[in-house]
Amino acid sequence: MKRTLDRRAFLARGAGVAGAAAAGLVAPAARAADAPPAVPPWMQVPGKPMSGYGSPSKFEEPVKRFLVQPYGPISPGSGASRTPLHALEGTITPNGLHFERHHNGVPEIDPAQHRLLIHGLVKTPVVFTMQALLRFPRTSRVCFIECGGNSNPNSMSAKPPQLPAGAIHGLVSCTEWSGVPLALLLEEAGVDPRASWLLAEGADSAAMSHSIPLEKALDDVMVALYQNGERLRPEQGYPVRLLLPGWLGNANVKWLRRIKLTDAPMQAKDETSKYTDPTPDGKARQFTFLMGVKSVIIQPSVGISMQGPGWYEISGLAWSGAGKIARVEVSADGGTSWHEAALQEPVFSKSVTRFRLPWQWKGERALLQSRATDEKGRVQPARAEWLKQYMPQQRYHNNSIQTWAVEADGSIANVFV
Amino acid sequence: MYSCRSLVACLTLAACAANTPTTSRPDAKFGRAATAQEVAAWDISVPPSGEGLPSGSGNAKQGEAVYLAKCQSCHGAKGVGKPADPLAGGVGSLASANPLRTVGSFWPYATTLFDYTRRAMPLTNPQSLTNDEAYAVTAYLLHLNAIISENDEMNARTLPQVKMPNRDGFVDWSRK
Repeated sequence: MKRTLDRRAFLARGAGVAGAAAAGLVAPAARAADAPPAVPPWMQVPGKPMSGYGSPSKFEEPVKRFLVQPYGPISPGSGASRTPLHALEGTITPNGLHFERHHNGVPEIDPAQHRLLIHGLVKTPVVFTMQALLRFPRTSRVCFIECGGNSNPNSMSAKPPQLPAGAIHGLVSCTEWSGVPLALLLEEAGVDPRASWLLAEGADSAAMSHSIPLEKALDDVMVALYQNGERLRPEQGYPVRLLLPGWLGNANVKWLRRIKLTDAPMQAKDETSKYTDPTPDGKARQFTFLMGVKSVIIQPSVGISMQGPGWYEISGLAWSGAGKIARVEVSADGGTSWHEAALQEPVFSKSVTRFRLPWQWKGERALLQSRATDEKGRVQPARAEWLKQYMPQQRYHNNSIQTWAVEADGSIANVFV
Repeated sequence: MYSCRSLVACLTLAACAANTPTTSRPDAKFGRAATAQEVAAWDISVPPSGEGLPSGSGNAKQGEAVYLAKCQSCHGAKGVGKPADPLAGGVGSLASANPLRTVGSFWPYATTLFDYTRRAMPLTNPQSLTNDEAYAVTAYLLHLNAIISENDEMNARTLPQVKMPNRDGFVDWSRK
């Protein structure tokens, strides 16, 4: 039987089409209907001048974050906005589209008035101005941040929500972050050997705080000052935030103002009452920092319909908090057979990787799934397997396999299988 | 994994004097020492031991007045919730088909309630409660959940002694 999911077939076919066009074999009449005027208006007047800070084309205006405001006008800054993953390509999230999760809005912080205090189990409590932070040697890395509540529309509703991929899975974004290794700042304060955790606190009006194991802090945590080359956006913690590669978004404390070294976790609200994972035995898992291995097909997905049978590129995003993505497999039959997708280079650790695979759609119903495996051998779970671990309505850590049904009419639906 | 005080830096005074770039950072400090007063004014986090709890006190009767004025519009009468989280009830429901997770049924430490209330509540005017008000409304919520009695005073000594019903309901997953 001829394979319809094949990495090489699409490329070979693409070359054939290009070759035919170059040889003038595409009929001119077929192109005339959708051809622009020979001399469009924008070629007949001078264009706009340069600008101090650019913005997207007005024709891209619909590409926006999806706002989630559970308290409405009472607290419009409590909630989230999701990255429109389905409208983007590559792996890096534009700064204005990075997802947001705030617990009482975005503070407007004057960097000249902002300080970072490190205290607790240290030799000397130290205060850093933002200018002082900028004197430290810096480092950069590409990595994702994912909110613990990502993809929970798929776990908290009984029926599959018919929403675009970004509105379900868009609490993940990927950025090149630059800043100072936290270890350098801790070294200046002098870590007391009794310290084993730290509390990080933000300067927002929730004074959002989270406990973090010192081991992680000394490993790869960054005090981030820049995102994708420019200073942090206010929604991302301007002027300074924590970056915990691969770990729960909530612990990546924004608007960082205080770090207290301790010998035990603080048991803050967002590590007890929230961001904990109730299990069927009546207990709850606490400090579930590691974000699981995960992938989702972005193209096609709800809102990105098929346009008749033929060849399509399936593409999507994969990531793991434990390291690099090693493999992504794609199924068009609901998980009965799997085909390995190509991973777009470069593949970074704890970062989003794009996968691609050509697919010949024959105009019949198909169930598209993707399944990621990371370099530690962790495999993305099927939905049923994932659900079994938790109580119903599980809010966090949904890394289960997404299924999109391609209907015979070419429309796409979110389905639970 | 990050090393910054390498002896490679500034091997000789001559190298520094000549403004020669080095391969690692000299032993410089860029922050300044924080004073005890600064630390005391900034440190509002309260661990289960109660360390750092401020002076002041309050009981459930006093707390009810605070709750009616500043909390009820979001958390409902007697902590039933809506639009914000329910705060009372649900003890024994965690493993049932309809778990109700509240301060009483779910939160493992009473200190967390004080800490969060003082730092973040009410949402429209955070860090506006006096210490007495924060202790009092904490006492009111603990009383609504039948964890303390109406006249129990909550303060720096008594609050850490409160044993929450779900104290042992959490499994540390930080090393998984």
